[in-house]
Amino acid sequence: MSFPWAKHYEPKHPLMKWVDDRLPMPRFVYNAVGAGYPVPRNLNYFWNFGVLAGAALAIQIVTGIVLAMHFHSSAASAFDSVEAIMRDVNAGWFLRYAHANGASMFLLVVYIHIARGLYYGSYKAPREMVWLLGVVIFLLIMATAFMGYVLPWGQMSFWGAQVITGFFSAIPGVGETIRIWLLGGYAPDDATLNRFFSLHYLLPFVIAGVIILHIWALHIPGSSNPTGVEVKGEQDTVPFHPYYTAKDGFGLGIFLLVFSLFIFFQPNLLGHPDNYIQANPLSTPAHIVPEWYFLPFYAILKSFTVDFIIPAKLWGVLAMFGSILLLFFLPWIDTSPVRSSNYRPTYRIFLIVLLLDVLLLGYVGGAEATPRNIILGQIAAAYYFLHFLVILPTVSAMERPRALPNSITEAVLTGKGGTSPQETAMNSVNPVAADKGL
Amino acid sequence: MVRIIGGLVGLGFAFVLFLGLVSSISGVITDPAKPTAEHEFHLEPEHLALASDGMAGHFDRRQVQRGFQVYKEVCAACHSIRLVSFRDLQKIGYSEAEVKAIASQWATEQPSPNPDTGEAATRKNTPADHFPLVFANDIAARAANNNAVPPDLSLMAKAREDGPAYIHSLLTGYRNQAGYKNEAGEELLKKFPDAATPKGLHFNPYFANLNLAMPPPLTSEGQVTYADGTRPTVDQMSKDVSAFLMWTAEPNLEARHTAGWAAAIFLVIFSLLTFGAYRSVWRGIKH
Repeated sequence: MSFPWAKHYEPKHPLMKWVDDRLPMPRFVYNAVGAGYPVPRNLNYFWNFGVLAGAALAIQIVTGIVLAMHFHSSAASAFDSVEAIMRDVNAGWFLRYAHANGASMFLLVVYIHIARGLYYGSYKAPREMVWLLGVVIFLLIMATAFMGYVLPWGQMSFWGAQVITGFFSAIPGVGETIRIWLLGGYAPDDATLNRFFSLHYLLPFVIAGVIILHIWALHIPGSSNPTGVEVKGEQDTVPFHPYYTAKDGFGLGIFLLVFSLFIFFQPNLLGHPDNYIQANPLSTPAHIVPEWYFLPFYAILKSFTVDFIIPAKLWGVLAMFGSILLLFFLPWIDTSPVRSSNYRPTYRIFLIVLLLDVLLLGYVGGAEATPRNIILGQIAAAYYFLHFLVILPTVSAMERPRALPNSITEAVLTGKGGTSPQETAMNSVNPVAADKGL
Repeated sequence: MVRIIGGLVGLGFAFVLFLGLVSSISGVITDPAKPTAEHEFHLEPEHLALASDGMAGHFDRRQVQRGFQVYKEVCAACHSIRLVSFRDLQKIGYSEAEVKAIASQWATEQPSPNPDTGEAATRKNTPADHFPLVFANDIAARAANNNAVPPDLSLMAKAREDGPAYIHSLLTGYRNQAGYKNEAGEELLKKFPDAATPKGLHFNPYFANLNLAMPPPLTSEGQVTYADGTRPTVDQMSKDVSAFLMWTAEPNLEARHTAGWAAAIFLVIFSLLTFGAYRSVWRGIKH
């Protein structure tokens, strides 16, 4: 696809012309992330996070391939091989800390990317396929991250594998059989570690493949933008290169700066001390907690405490998977024709509550299971489901959105394009005042 | 249709959570959680300042060497540091000859088959060896230590929350349980008569369950004689050994901090340049 005014690739160097005539790869890149892709002119910094997620994946693949050259996927020597990387491999400590913190950074930018999609309605027609592929990528990332966390074979690795594969034993009848089949034994051991290593190496390339589909699907309608108003003409867009390559370059610099502060100065802040203890099947840690990025889902799992028709554990597992799977239906649950929450005064409030709700779930997921935390978790988990499945369709049907600008350019020229963070913040604090400016 | 089914699913989950909430609240009212001794008398580690702290942290080599001496003369009787090699000691300032001497004089020898007969035997350590295990296996360790396995200390400073401070507090935190009071002034054995330390264990409020199999290892000033003349108080020895275990857990900390400053400075310049490029490219285009 493209807009009619998109620039066409014209090779300047004879060699590029020679290549382009035989394999139009230069043309493909030019149209995908070069000057041949017109992009709305009013994208704000939240639109950097797709590129950042791609960069994070690339960093994970590069560091991971080198780590795999030194890693032993055996229960007897996995832990020691990781420590050998830390101590005796040249710059091994850097590779491992970059990879371990890289997973956190990857999930962090992916969560911001998803939150941006939720706020600006990026999942709505005609971009449903972009969103669906995005949810597939998210599921693949979670599976990859989980299996990667098992590989160092520390206490949390082992017990995390035990707990998460234990979810499958909640399935009535065949659950235990499935659990044993997944683990390759009755408890995590060599067979588990080897298959997790194999899949942990495979899945990032599957993710890369689905990302290509994700971008392909995005390029059919083109990028969304903070107003949610579709591109109407050439004045609404700028070529991706150099405009957004320059902006993404700056975003990448800030991202790498934050990333390197973790790697070099707080490499273990996001990890768990217990994972520096070698896996011991005979000693259960006092608190088994997953990595921070799984905590909200873990809190949902733990919040189901009573048997009702089916056992509480099965409710928890269904709800935990359901909490992600429901995202697949989001484009059809939200019927509002308005994309951007900047123009949805009621829904925006609920969306901000959802954000706080997920943060609360994250806190509960990592905290001790005291009665207070269980109660907080149950309320927060209920809001999560009610938000997406009850509040969102109701608000979509009843809400009166604010007047949309006629075009991106009109919004930009009146200072309401949603690009500037200050202006967006002001808009959200006092929509009435911002309206008068129009 | 999607919205109707979705709405029912959402209400279903919310209903089950509501049932759970009712039972949680009634549980709090009818059966409030009982306080436990671990909960009310466990202490968080006291703050410990080490040279390795912070973004410019580095190892105080004299302190780390003193800590190694404490480890060698006290801890090494029971605890291994099997992930560390003798050659690594050169990084904390020992010369090659000193490392060779330390390795060959190390009390526990390296298991190695007899070169003539192939029978199980031991030989002297060399700088290339890792520090040997103290006990051949966990069974031997349990047999010698009142049924407890002394953990390997290589990673201890990272395997506990606030590791070096924890080690220091634990080593200096043994108390007489009789009459022990917490900050609120409550007496442990009066409030929890069942929490009396079992025979063979040792009361230490910095340990998670308050009772530790390890007897107090550092008991009196002068237990170790420091070559550099530092006064070997119990507090000093435990600080030094914490500093040493920070080094065994994170031997590349200094290289990491140095590289970190270089990376941060590079990335700040990179970000400024790309920000300039961004502003320059977008000049004249309202957005």
